[in-house]
Amino acid sequence: MNMLQFEKNLYELREKIDELQKQGEKSGQDMTTEVKHFQKLADEYAEELYSNLTPSQKIQIARHSERPNFKDFVDRMTENFIEFHGDRVGTDDRAIVGGPCEIDGIPVMLIGTYKGKTTKENLVHNFGMPQPQGYRKALRLFKHAEKFNMPIVTLIDTPGAYPGIKAEETAQGTAIAVNLAELAKLTVPVIAVITGEGCSGGALGLAVANKVLMLEHAYYTVISPEGCASILWRDASLADKAAEALKITPEDLLKFKIIDEIVKEPQGGAHYDPDLTAKNLKKKIVKCLKELLPMSAEELREDRYNKFRTKGVFLK
Amino acid sequence: MTIKDWFNKRKELQIAHRELDETHIDDHIGDLWIQCYNCGAQLLRKDVENNMDVCPECHYHFRINSEKRIKQLFDEGSFVEMFKNILPTDPLKFVDTEPYQKRLDAAKSKTNLDEAVRCGTGKIDGEEVVAAVMDFEYMGGSMGSVVGEKITLAMEYALEHRLPMIAVTASGGARMQESALSLMQMAKTSCAVSRLQEAGILYITVLTEPTYGGVTASFATLGDVIIAEQGARIGFAGRRVIEQTIKQNLPSNFQTAEYLMQFGQIDILSDRAHLKSTISQVLKLHKPRVEEKNEAKHTKKAAKTAKKSSKSKTNDEAKNEYASV
Repeated sequence: MNMLQFEKNLYELREKIDELQKQGEKSGQDMTTEVKHFQKLADEYAEELYSNLTPSQKIQIARHSERPNFKDFVDRMTENFIEFHGDRVGTDDRAIVGGPCEIDGIPVMLIGTYKGKTTKENLVHNFGMPQPQGYRKALRLFKHAEKFNMPIVTLIDTPGAYPGIKAEETAQGTAIAVNLAELAKLTVPVIAVITGEGCSGGALGLAVANKVLMLEHAYYTVISPEGCASILWRDASLADKAAEALKITPEDLLKFKIIDEIVKEPQGGAHYDPDLTAKNLKKKIVKCLKELLPMSAEELREDRYNKFRTKGVFLK
Repeated sequence: MTIKDWFNKRKELQIAHRELDETHIDDHIGDLWIQCYNCGAQLLRKDVENNMDVCPECHYHFRINSEKRIKQLFDEGSFVEMFKNILPTDPLKFVDTEPYQKRLDAAKSKTNLDEAVRCGTGKIDGEEVVAAVMDFEYMGGSMGSVVGEKITLAMEYALEHRLPMIAVTASGGARMQESALSLMQMAKTSCAVSRLQEAGILYITVLTEPTYGGVTASFATLGDVIIAEQGARIGFAGRRVIEQTIKQNLPSNFQTAEYLMQFGQIDILSDRAHLKSTISQVLKLHKPRVEEKNEAKHTKKAAKTAKKSSKSKTNDEAKNEYASV
């Protein structure tokens, strides 16, 4: 497991406890009381550490290289997943993956961004940064789902839509905008889950949903804290400050009604126990599906419209 | 003197000369004179203003504020502003180098506007439309809760009264100081456009310098007809962000309206002088179809129309309360 900087003390403490135990075993002395005592202390420290995470620490967890990704969730949450490729007009953007599957026996169209874990995978999947073609591929899958009356679940973990020459030339902005408007019109239930990074329009392009869920250590923002810091403070190294100011944690977002529910993660983050994380997420998704499936097409559209219609804070 | 000294001396002289040059230019930028950013010509401000803020020498289009834009696009005195009661606040208590509230106050006193968009009804060569005109001078035309709400209200008004909708964009994107609330405005405005699309109501977007980020990725690029003003820069990611990402310099015409035209992203490219007549032409060409639908609806659902007209009356009354511009 890759240790994060702020976890260093905890790791060292646990290492020392292990050493103590080993020493005890070697010398034949009974160390169990001491070991137990220190373990209890370490657990208390961990509890304290992980329940008071700063926004920038949460971001580190959200970006952890071993954080469960689309494939991990597919393996743990779904049955019979089959990947559908391509936008049907020339490109298969690997930053967005998707296809039909079953969740708790319910046929669902599962679509998500995919970063990959190894460097090789990262490159193939462009670090989870979709090109316009990725959004068009997603749109094709949305329409497919609508045609066959399948609810849609999106899993979002992206640092944003890719900023590149080709992306601009093939209309990145338009691709996202079209998805926003088309998602609004869909006649099937849509559930969006921010599983890791949810940066700007790149995330929103898959998140105009009836229910928006968010993992406990995920973040969702209009701009990456680095980008915000470099524009407002003219210094990208002040990202921590920007992360604080942008109010990007699920708790804050729940307060402003940007998201509907938070999905619990194991202590320290999803990567410590992907199985438990997937189990928690599956439970929430199934609950939402059962709530949305009885609704008529018109009710679903109305629900989605009203949900976003009421977003925003202003004086009147 | 070594060669190195000579080079150093030469360099210093050059720097001194350059600094002198800059102050020289500064002297000329006053209220009376302006310099064209493109051709460098010294121009009388009055000449530029009389030419719709276009350089008479090289045809460079200066940025203009919403006041001037409204004057140029709408029939004289026809623009009636609506939704002026929607005002910004600071829900996140956002502080960067300055508190957000202070920035809002500064923007207000600089522009005399309440927010970065003005919405209302107006006439273009006699054709009634609902319009949202953005103003870059107010916090870079950024879209926060108020901009999103006003544009959505305008679109809902267009839907209810079956009037064509026009959005004139000039924006750096979503407003960072409202974070995810700003992001949600992209969804909100796009949802409103989706309703216009389904009702068959003409929606024209006029992209002007500059249109970026969250505005490009929402209502700006969803027009049935997309018109871009000559020279306007339009894109999703900013030029600098792309250069930093790909570690290459971009061509100078990158993301200009002309560039986007080559890549099939806009319908019409227009210079400022022809913008009004272009919009007017588009409106007239799309008018019969809109009216036909209108009539069909009226005959089909007579009972519903009666109900609606009483509803629209209250809306007209409400409209009368808004200040005329």
